[in-house]
Order: sequence, then C-alpha cells, then structure tokens
Amino acid sequence: MSILGTRVVRTEDPVFLTRGATYTDDLTDERLTGALHVTLVRSPLAHATINSIDVEEARNAPGVVAVFTGADCDIAPALLFPAANKAMLRPFLATDRVRYVGEAVAAVLTEEAYQGEDAADLVDVDYEPLDAVVDMKEALKDEVLLFPEAGTNSVTAMHLAKEEPGDDFFADCEVVVSREIVNQRVAAAPLETRAASAYWGEDGRCTIFCSTQNAQSARDEVAGWLGMDAKDLRLILPDVGGGFGAKIGADPEFALVAWLSKKVGRPVRWNESRSENMTGMVQGRAQLQTITIGGDRDGTVKAYRLDVVADAGAYPRLGVALPMFTRMMAPGTYDIPKVWSTAQVVATNTTSTAAYRGAGRPEATQAIERAMDLFADEIGMDPAELRKKNVIKPEQFPFTTKGGAEYDSGEYAKAIDLACQAADYEGLRAEQARRRERGDALQLGIGVSSYVEITGGGAFVENATVQVHPDGTVTVLTGTSPHGQGHATAWAMLASEELGIPVEKITVKHGDTDLIPTGAGTMGSRSLQTGGVAVHNAAVELVELAKQRAADVLEASVGDLELDKATGSIVVKGAPGAKSVSLADLAGTEELKVFHEWDAKKPTFPFGAHVAVVEVDVESGKATVERIWALDDAGPILNPLIFDGQRHGGIAQGIAQAMLEEVVFDSEGQPLTATFADYGIPSAAELPSFDLVNMETPTTINSMGFKGVGEAGTIGSCPAVHNAVIDAVSHLGVSHIDMPLTPVRVWTAIHEAQKESAK
Amino acid sequence: MKVEITVNGEHTSHDVEPRTLLAHYLRENLGLKATNIGCDTTSCGACTVLVDGEAVKSCTVLAVQADQQSVTTMEGLEGAAQGELGHPVTRAFRQEHGLQCGFCTPGMVMAAVSLIDENPDLTEKDVREGLEGNLCRCTGYHNIVRAVLVAAGKDPDAAQAAEAVSGERTTAPGFSTGEGDK
Repeated sequence: MSILGTRVVRTEDPVFLTRGATYTDDLTDERLTGALHVTLVRSPLAHATINSIDVEEARNAPGVVAVFTGADCDIAPALLFPAANKAMLRPFLATDRVRYVGEAVAAVLTEEAYQGEDAADLVDVDYEPLDAVVDMKEALKDEVLLFPEAGTNSVTAMHLAKEEPGDDFFADCEVVVSREIVNQRVAAAPLETRAASAYWGEDGRCTIFCSTQNAQSARDEVAGWLGMDAKDLRLILPDVGGGFGAKIGADPEFALVAWLSKKVGRPVRWNESRSENMTGMVQGRAQLQTITIGGDRDGTVKAYRLDVVADAGAYPRLGVALPMFTRMMAPGTYDIPKVWSTAQVVATNTTSTAAYRGAGRPEATQAIERAMDLFADEIGMDPAELRKKNVIKPEQFPFTTKGGAEYDSGEYAKAIDLACQAADYEGLRAEQARRRERGDALQLGIGVSSYVEITGGGAFVENATVQVHPDGTVTVLTGTSPHGQGHATAWAMLASEELGIPVEKITVKHGDTDLIPTGAGTMGSRSLQTGGVAVHNAAVELVELAKQRAADVLEASVGDLELDKATGSIVVKGAPGAKSVSLADLAGTEELKVFHEWDAKKPTFPFGAHVAVVEVDVESGKATVERIWALDDAGPILNPLIFDGQRHGGIAQGIAQAMLEEVVFDSEGQPLTATFADYGIPSAAELPSFDLVNMETPTTINSMGFKGVGEAGTIGSCPAVHNAVIDAVSHLGVSHIDMPLTPVRVWTAIHEAQKESAK
Repeated sequence: MKVEITVNGEHTSHDVEPRTLLAHYLRENLGLKATNIGCDTTSCGACTVLVDGEAVKSCTVLAVQADQQSVTTMEGLEGAAQGELGHPVTRAFRQEHGLQCGFCTPGMVMAAVSLIDENPDLTEKDVREGLEGNLCRCTGYHNIVRAVLVAAGKDPDAAQAAEAVSGERTTAPGFSTGEGDK
C-alpha cells in the first residue's frame, strides 16, 4: 500500500510538544556563549531629519559594552529591491534622516537584555520633524518627497502598461460598473518575531543564526550588503515560528547584527519585541484598486480593467514586485475577451511592504471577485451563475490568459458547483429571502468566490539529496525551508514511498548553508511542487543506483532487479527466496547518496471556490462569519492532515483580512496598530470551524501532479467573506464596503445607503 | 531579590531583579525554553503556564509574584521529560494536527490543560471562548479546537457538527479591531 495520500501524523511534533521547538532566541549554542544583547533605538517619528545623536549617557549605563550610530556604521546603504529607483537606498542605521516610525537609528550592546532596554532610553536623538506623506495618492503628487535626490516618490515604472486601452475598450458593453476599492495593509504577524544571532570564527567566517524562510538567498543578500564573499558566511536556521511571506530573504538587521559582532569581537544576539515587529517587519497588501467591468445584460463579461496603486512603504522591498502577480492574475478564472491593467508603486512614510500569504494574487482575486459581484448586482443575476457563465471551460486548458499566464489545468465551474452543493446554496438563498421578507435584524449574506492562483511562480529550481546509511536510516537534505509546513514529515513520506524505508528512519534537514549550499526556500506555495518533486526524483534515482550496484553483488542484470519495498532490499524479479541485498548493506560498501536538482520550468495554477455565510446585525453593523465551505484543488494530496492544516490556516487569514485586520497609520505616519492589543488578529472565538470540500485536478508540469496549497485558503476565503457581508446588506442599497468589515463600517454603509435612497 | 519557585515539581531558587518577568525567569534563569514570548501586551498567550494550577500569562507576572508557588510549563507535563507525549492534551495536539510552526503551542497546550481541568464537559463553543486569550497564526484554530475536544474525551466531529447548525453566535462580542482615524 502506498503511503502517499495517507494521513501521517507529523514527525516534528514529539519534540515540539515536549521540550518545545528551538527558535533563534532559544539557542543555547556554545558558539553564542557570552553573546551581547543588541537593542535597537528606533525612530518615534515617521519623517524627520536628525540633527544630532548623543550616546554618552547610554554608554555609561550599567552593562553597556558599546553604542553605535549611523556615523559609526560603514555598511553602505543598500537598494533593497533591484528594480526600485536607484536613489531609494536604505541605511543600516539612519544617518541624516528617518523615513518611518521604527527605523533603526542606534544600536546598544549590553551584557543583559534588560540593560539594553534601559540604555536605549538614554540615547538622545535630536530630530527635526518633516511633513510626512502616508496616503498613496498624496504621495503620487510628489509634494513631500522621501528621497529628495530621487525627485519623485514613484518607485518603479516596471508595472506600467505599455499603452492605454482605446476609448472603445468598453464600447461594446451594455453595462459598465466601476469603483475604487481598498485592499488594506495588513501585518503578517508570525508569532515568532524577527531574530538573529551572529559570531565570527577564527577562520574569518561569520555564522548567523536567524529566522527566515530561505537561508541560501538570505546568505547571499547579507553577503552582498556586507561586501563579503558568500562563502565566508554561513546561515543556520533554527526552528522558525511562522513566516507567511514576511520572513522571505534577509532583513537589514541580520547584516547589522553580523557587523556589530565583528565590531565588538564577541557574539551578539538580537530578538525584537512585538512592538518593534509591528513597525519593523515588512507588511502586506496595501493596494488601492480601481476596477472597471463591462458586459451584457445576459451575463457575458466582455472587458475588465484594473488600475492599481501599490504602497512600497519607506524603503522599497519585495512589495515593489508584487503588482506583477496582481496584473498577471487579474482575469482570475474567467475567459474575458479584453483585459487591461496597470500598476504604480509609490513610497510613503510607512513600514516597507513585501510578501504576505498570497503576495499579489489575493489582491487580484479580491478585485475580480468584487467586480463580478458588482456586475451581478447591476444586472440582477445570481453571482454563482454569473461566475459559471464566464469561467474558462475544462476543454480550453492549457489556457493562456490576457494577463499573460498559462493556466495548466482546471475545472472551475465544477468547483463552484461542488462548493455550492456542499453549502446548500439554494437553501441558503431561500433562508436569505425569508429574512429579507420579514425584515429581520439578523440578515443572512452569502458570498461566493471562484479563484485561481499561481504557485511556484518565483523560483522553479529546487534540489534534494537522499542518502541511505549503513544502519538503514536515511537523510534527506532539502533546499526548501519549512516553518510550520511539515516538510520533515512530507519529504520523508516521498522518500519512504520509493525506498521502502519507514518514515521513522528518515531525517529531513534544511536551512544550513554549509550543508545545503543551494536552495530557494519556502514561499509562494512552491515547496511540494519543486522541493517535494526533487526528493521524489532523488529517491527514484537512488533506487536505480542501488540496482546498478546490486547487479554485481547478485550477479544479475540490472533489468532483472527491483526494490522490494517491504524489506528495503534489491531482489531479482519473480524469484522469491533468491539472493537479495538491502539498501543499507549497499550503503555499507560504498556511499549510497544521490543529489538531484529538479527544474519545474513553469509554475502551476491551483484553483477553487469558496462559499461563505455571514450574519449581519443591521442595527449594530456587526457581521459574524457563520460557515465557510472551501474547495481548494491543488492536485493530488500527499498528506491530507498537512494539506487541510494549510487550508485552515489560510482560510483564517483570509477571513481575518476581510473582517478584522488593518495596519493603520495616522496622517503623520504614527502607527495606531503597533501592538497585539490594537491589531485585530482573530482568536478561536472569532472564527467558525471550516468545511472543506475536496477535488484533485493534477498539473501536467510535474510527474506527481502536485500543485501548491499554502496560500490557497487565504486567496479564496477573503473575497467570499467580503462578498457575503455586502450581500447581507445589498437589499438595503449597499453595493460595496471596504475591508475590514468592522461594525462601524457596515453600520455606516447601511445608513449612507438609506440616506441616499431617501433623497 | 531571592525567589523560591517550584517549577515542574522541582525546587528552584535564584536572585533576580525585582522586575524580572516570570517568563524570563523560566527561560533565562532555568533554561526552560518551551515557554515563548510573542507580544508585549498579554495578548497572545504564547507564554501561558500554570501557577498553582491556574493558567497565567507569564510575561505579565513578575517572578517575585510567583514566589513560594508552583509553576508548571509544557516541559512538566507527563512524559515530556522523556520526550514522550504522555499527556492527553499533547497526544491530541499531535493526533489532530493542532500545531504547525509550534510557537503558540506550549502556551496553547497549557491553556487547554487548564480549560479541561476547569470544565471537563466542553462544547466547541466553550473551547473557542476558553482559548480566546491564546493566539495562533498558523492553524486557524480548527484543529486546535478539535485537539482540545479530543483531549476532553469528546467526539470532535459531533461537536463541530452540533456547533455548525446551532444557530448560536460563534463569536465573542466586542473585539479590538484596530480601526483608527483615516
């Protein structure tokens, strides 16, 4: 019986549930013995020039070993994203100007952590406040410039459409609906904040222990910033307490920590507080979108236009690139004859933006799924019917979209049908009608989303090493970088399937750049379809290698040999009881190890449909998510336990964006959501259980048929819930409410619609 | 100041600064690193431990406040010292996949131990409301709720099905939303 597709509990868990995982701040590694604690002094102003920094009092405080400011720091300011305006350089410690609240201006090194907090308070920075620009549209006016030397706040021209659509773009449409919507800024907020520790060996090499989603590219980034050869840098990842995209690559603080360690000649460790994290860690989404959709009254959508303004924050990072995915995925699951999109990216006096679960694709889905509902509302058509009428048909695959994506496989209408059937969509509509008829205070809203996303879209190449040891155990080395996704279990299953060696005997290692010099890490839901397939391929090759070696031992031709998976031995086909040799014995004679690099060459396109049901108290505006049915099709399921877990987490984060979460800055750039007491991460009490519906449509891109599922839940649930809340009050004249759908927003929308209708 | 605290059944004593948080005492003075710190505001519950049997967020309690008391962390649950899942809650968390990155887990487990201790006859709603002070960013809570129900001897499928059709409000009233001035 195959282990693939079965529910295998995680091999990670016994340690996690007894002594606990070991995160960067938990390390007791002897190389960090005597490490100094780094406390960063951060700017309380969003935009200011620095007149002077007085560190004398701090230097004399108890336990202080050193204090450094930008004047001391000789790491050259860096462009954190290559395609950004070349003048938008980030200093590692601010020198003459700060550009967001939380920017590091000084580093205090102390023997103990509490001493650092005390001493940091004594660093006296004389700031001259400047006008801050927080609103994206204001920033585009270039009246207040973050980087005067750049002459503009515009970060890049890379997403501008080559030409404007003609005046006739919507000319053949009977109905055109257009409006601006906000995809609000949110915080990834992994429960483990950022952390890094560094020490320099006598050989001149630096080792950094840190919390990231990809050790190898983080190593290369840090080496670049420090002007080092990457060979002189080793990154080791302890366990990582969540990332959600915000831990992709290195943070400037990692380089700073390495530099500080060299400067003082001692190991150092840095672990930020949650308040630092809520201003210092990259944030996600932050797009203003103008959506325009046109078509006929029979429900044929003919043209769609998406105009995006994306907020890069103060120092452009990965967020600069993400509108590429938003534009690519703009048409969603639909076969729309005309699609046009453009995106501007602008710098503001706020925290930098980068990836957050979905990274550019949820923004595309939210836009098209709101557009479909607005269009359905306008022509009076059922939103599920409208979707099914316009989706790409199964026989059209592979399908090249007007966004430039080549969708591999999909059955979009079937997904909508199955999700609606599971939810008893007709029954829900009937209940909704009854409540509307009665004028109930608690109105029912039903929201549908149809989505397709792109996974493994960034890095197509991944590697794996599989080695069988003489004692019968196996080591798998992977270039992926799990931080909750269960690769230790999943990759062991893939190796076990081919080698006939039980999962318990297989150890999966990742995240040490000396042990695994290449690899692209875990992001963009790429791991299974790249790293997982690499493990599978490596194991298949290892069996071939073992057969070649066994041919001599067994005096048989390779073609007559096979692996008996029940015993982990190479045997002669059809000759039970004949001589055999185990993989372990072969490994005892000569190293039995295979390195495999797999180039997927292309991304895959998982898809699905979600149906959300909400209740809205029209008197208070309070909306409550009651149920959600989620169909997420990512091809064959390797381990349903992990697969469903990824969906659950994703669904929760999508609901959270729709209902609760928003990073808020005031007009001066002061963050109003800089703690967990202010930022609305849902608890168990704000969420329902989730109903999952399965469908498995394999991709043709890899031999296993695998697509990615890490971000699917978020991409599907957010628009379904958003649509549901608006649907609950649409009969009151409400056609749109921006997220998060807090009681005050829903209440205000209802009252404004009523005022409008009373005119 | 000298404190004496019984931790996981063992007597401990250290001289600490009066402002030392219990979480830091456990982590730094005793080297018990399972207990994590996820926020500064008593919001996330990653640091939850039992003090004389009550679930307490150890990042907002001073070590001196726990003087002469008994503290239990996840490392002190049955089997943990041997690396074995000897406690119904830790067993259920693994069986139901109630953890992913593991950071909230030690606090979540201890909050669950306390919750089941206080009310063995839990419904899904009880579990959700009982764990309101513990945040998880990975699991969406679905499998955590199942794990706690299983550890309490309940059938999670039946409990979730009952809750789904109960028509009762599933969410707690009143919640900080981060809604600020625009």
